[in-house]
Amino acid sequence: MLDDFLIRAALAALGVAFATAPLGCFVVWRRMAYFSDATAHVSLLGVAIALALNAPIFPSVLLVALVMGVVVVRLSGRGLATDTSLGVLAHSGLALGLVAVAFIPNIRISLDSFLFGDVLAVSRGDLAVIWLGAAAVVALVIWRWSAWLLVTLSPELAQSQNVKPRLEELILTLALALTVAVAIEVVGALLIGALLIIPAAAARPWSGSPERMAMIAVIFGVASTLGGLQVAFWLDTPAGPTMVVVAGAIFALSTLGAGLRYGWS
Amino acid sequence: MPELVRVERLKMAYGDDVVLSGVDMSIEAGEIVTIVGPNGSGKSTLLKAMVGTELPRGGEVVRKQGLRIGYVPQRMAVDALLPLAVSRFLSLARVRKADAIGALEKVGAERLLNRQLSDLSGGQLQRVLLARALASEPELLLLDEPTQGLDQPGSAALYRLIEQLRDDLGCGIVMVSHELHVVMSASDRVICLNGHVCCQGHPDVVASAPEYRALFGTGTQGALALYRHEHTHSHEGHDHDHHHHDHA
Repeated sequence: MLDDFLIRAALAALGVAFATAPLGCFVVWRRMAYFSDATAHVSLLGVAIALALNAPIFPSVLLVALVMGVVVVRLSGRGLATDTSLGVLAHSGLALGLVAVAFIPNIRISLDSFLFGDVLAVSRGDLAVIWLGAAAVVALVIWRWSAWLLVTLSPELAQSQNVKPRLEELILTLALALTVAVAIEVVGALLIGALLIIPAAAARPWSGSPERMAMIAVIFGVASTLGGLQVAFWLDTPAGPTMVVVAGAIFALSTLGAGLRYGWS
Repeated sequence: MPELVRVERLKMAYGDDVVLSGVDMSIEAGEIVTIVGPNGSGKSTLLKAMVGTELPRGGEVVRKQGLRIGYVPQRMAVDALLPLAVSRFLSLARVRKADAIGALEKVGAERLLNRQLSDLSGGQLQRVLLARALASEPELLLLDEPTQGLDQPGSAALYRLIEQLRDDLGCGIVMVSHELHVVMSASDRVICLNGHVCCQGHPDVVASAPEYRALFGTGTQGALALYRHEHTHSHEGHDHDHHHHDHA
């Protein structure tokens, strides 16, 4: 069954949705949208390093995303990580990655596949990495759920309960780096942020509790990635961007539906 | 009385900005300490140092082994995108549901149990935060501007509640206030802070201290109105008498 590239693509898309949707809720709640974008963009540098060293992509991307995340968390601890400094890091990291790849001779892989994803090229080995990575992200989110909620609400409240805000931020950053490494091949560095934020935002109007929001976000995330894959197959469009277009459509419908049901505010 | 927290030669800074230096103080069980000071005097930073979220640049903060801290932040920004009911918020504090409801009743907020946190007004959120701090049966209660967003009767009721909590739980209470002209007479000690401890002592003593007058004198013409709380030991149904002496 796994010989079929479409089945492999669907399974990869499913794995990515399971990792991005629940973590995306925290990205939305903690207003880390720009931070997650920056981490994803910089990960292209990881791709360049892996190609240059002829090393596997996943660990290299994971490491670069992790270093970026830790640097930003440390900067924000000192009150330095503003929109501006994140922007500087994100764009110069992305540009540096693009330039670095240009230096690599005899490059066999199109850079487009890392900018926008190439889910149809996912191999069995990639699939195993994606599912292991996604499982690790889901496990981290479930394990740290209450602690992250507390730290999101107030670091002081968390600390007064012996939950260490800095440590939790570090684990959250690790989960984000894992997600970037898992998703880069499926949707690409430029669009990972969309799969984090859009399903969570679309789930908000239908949720009265954080747990429910995460579960609905997973449903919307799965619908976006699998639906996007199907639409891309019908219309012969690039899969990654199509997934994000479907996610955007789900968000629009969800907002519209909530407006009709609960009234516009 | 056992000592709960001791602060020694504390220095706190953000970057190159030194907020506090050379602060010495200690809190014992059963005592109410009010910290007053102008904006930017380091009051909140001192509380955060006691909680442990902000690390000292110098000196140290010594907490009693296994100290249970109840912390009520000055404000808590709850993102509208985070759906969180009051009941779920209280369960995050690892308290049993019955205790959570009991704590809400104590602060007169039992009707808020199923409301969303992001829908609450400032005063309502303040009560919920106080209930959360109470539910964990703290040995040390830290309150950052607890009367913010409360009207006069609300503030008076809160001060009364705080005194009652001290008597019931025997906890130490540290309260930060910028209401310079309303210092609760129930405070055992007032600490006047402005980057360092300017003066401290019984409210009456601090009120007449030249350091205090130098710091706040211009704003209130040197007057300090004490929020007097007459203990008349009246019974249910009879409220305590409150006289608000305004000498200004």
